[in-house]
Amino acid sequence: MKVADVKNDNIRLGGGAAKLGPVLSIVGITTLGLSVVLGNGEGWNTFWKSYLVGFMVALGLCLGALFFILLQHMTRSGWSISIRRLAEGIAKNLSWLWMLFVPILVLVLKGDGEILYGWGNRELMESDHILHAKAGYLSPVFWSIRTIFYLAVWTVIGTLYYKWSTAQDKDGDLKWTHKMQKWAPLCMILFAFTQSYASIDWVMTLQPKWFSTMFAVYFWASCMCGFFAMMILLARFMQATGHLQNSITVEHYHDLGKWLFGIGVVFWAYIGFSQYMLIWYANLPVETNWYMTRQLGGWGPISLLLLFGHFLLPFVLLITRWTKRWRSPLPVIAAWLLLMFFVDIYWLIMPVVPEHALATAKTYNELANNITSAEIGYGFSILNFTCLIGMLALVLGGTLINLRKCNLVATADPRLGEALHFENA
Amino acid sequence: MNEVTSTNVAREDLYGLAAEFKTTPGIYHAAEKVHAAGFKWFDCHVPFPVHGLDRAMGVKMTILPILVFFGGMAGLLAACTLQIFTNSLEFDIWALVPLVGYQFEVSGKPLLGAAAFVPVAFEMTVLFSALTAVFGTLFLNKLPMFYHPILKHPALTRATDDRFFLVIEARDPKFSRDEVESFLHSLDPETVIALEK
Repeated sequence: MKVADVKNDNIRLGGGAAKLGPVLSIVGITTLGLSVVLGNGEGWNTFWKSYLVGFMVALGLCLGALFFILLQHMTRSGWSISIRRLAEGIAKNLSWLWMLFVPILVLVLKGDGEILYGWGNRELMESDHILHAKAGYLSPVFWSIRTIFYLAVWTVIGTLYYKWSTAQDKDGDLKWTHKMQKWAPLCMILFAFTQSYASIDWVMTLQPKWFSTMFAVYFWASCMCGFFAMMILLARFMQATGHLQNSITVEHYHDLGKWLFGIGVVFWAYIGFSQYMLIWYANLPVETNWYMTRQLGGWGPISLLLLFGHFLLPFVLLITRWTKRWRSPLPVIAAWLLLMFFVDIYWLIMPVVPEHALATAKTYNELANNITSAEIGYGFSILNFTCLIGMLALVLGGTLINLRKCNLVATADPRLGEALHFENA
Repeated sequence: MNEVTSTNVAREDLYGLAAEFKTTPGIYHAAEKVHAAGFKWFDCHVPFPVHGLDRAMGVKMTILPILVFFGGMAGLLAACTLQIFTNSLEFDIWALVPLVGYQFEVSGKPLLGAAAFVPVAFEMTVLFSALTAVFGTLFLNKLPMFYHPILKHPALTRATDDRFFLVIEARDPKFSRDEVESFLHSLDPETVIALEK
């Protein structure tokens, strides 16, 4: 297909797909509203944790998209032009996603942070020797300032890249391409810092004594897995609803499949294992209790599910060339990995053992008993699902609404021809 | 000129016939036609990668990835076997040779601590895969090759500069000198050159 023909390739979102956006948004808002009502009955601790799981899933998908866009501009990639707009549609959600974090921010600033974060208990932070050293960094005010900074950075970058890219569709000016390339490295550095610190501040400090220097990159790898799985499904959805029949080729699926395999499966497992092994052989109680909670009770099978379902099975499935190029298996594998991404985030956030349960144990068996009887995060609650579905519906709906306002392909990008014709050797 | 070079080579010394092209479309379409005509032993010599030429020539996918996969699996197996045997096992080979591993307890870890085995298993998998990839490439390409007949003809040195050559080899079952020569001429080349073994 020639570049001039892209305009006739159904590049405006139409039909049922265009109406799906608002419907999903209403579903999302309703489900989140329902969660608040249910939270009254199920307990606020469960509600806030479920809410954080849902938010981190939604955020992870959008951050993955933002990273992908910045990387394409930094490397001046040609292959991705015909799918880049879909990623821009996802990343644009960052312009409103901050609103969903405001409740947690208010919770912390109000002084009720303890319901979610261990460091919300200020007496404990002052009295415990290890935590005392962290009290300054984990003070509600400083934490909130950092949080606002991360959210602001993402909102600005996500909005600007969508705006610049769509502006080029209208006037076809090359200056937009230069502009996007010029700012990409700086934005990437900002992204790296904000993403890392946000994952530490929002997820790792749920259990304030525990730390892992690999946590930020682990979270990044998780996000990339979710994002590339979502991209494959979104591209497939667009083609199934009659859009972009020729603009997205089997080569794009092949390359997205490689990303999913390389970062989402192999790199994720590499980092996950590296983190595990260092903690395993150092064998320090302050570090190992994090994994211990994930091996006892109902969490053992979930940890094993991640090992087999997030690494071994997709590793075997995606290693060959033909599963990445074959139309039907790739979306199925992507859907499975998207599910594994939810499980991964759930597994990161849910099992938190309160400090007093850890502090009183003298032996391994006492610790095991304390962890098992703490019952924090064990067992499913309806809130786990409603919060997740609500946030996910909002992100998907938002993405479709963003994509409704513009072309589905960056039609004026100077490298569009490359994207239409490249082939994987 | 063509006729002279072409008839110079004796029948038993003939390696193949080369057609010279000036442009990439020229060699691309020629390769398509040669493939369609059913030739198996032919190759293209070009100064830079011509996109899609492999497909035009009908070149099959390489089996190298499959070799690499099994090479990696062999490395994984070797690493696991090595570690499990040396760390913990006690057994006899046919009741004759008693083997005992180094059963050292290190910082309270189990003798068969799977997590400790993973880094070695990973590195061995990578090493075996890489070695299979390197030597598999050499083997599949019949390298090192110290002599190749097409390097003998001075005209074909331009394949590294500004000319594109398609060579049909004499060992092709469909090869018959006169027919191939007139077939190559029908592809509209600059010249057709006979190559000596």
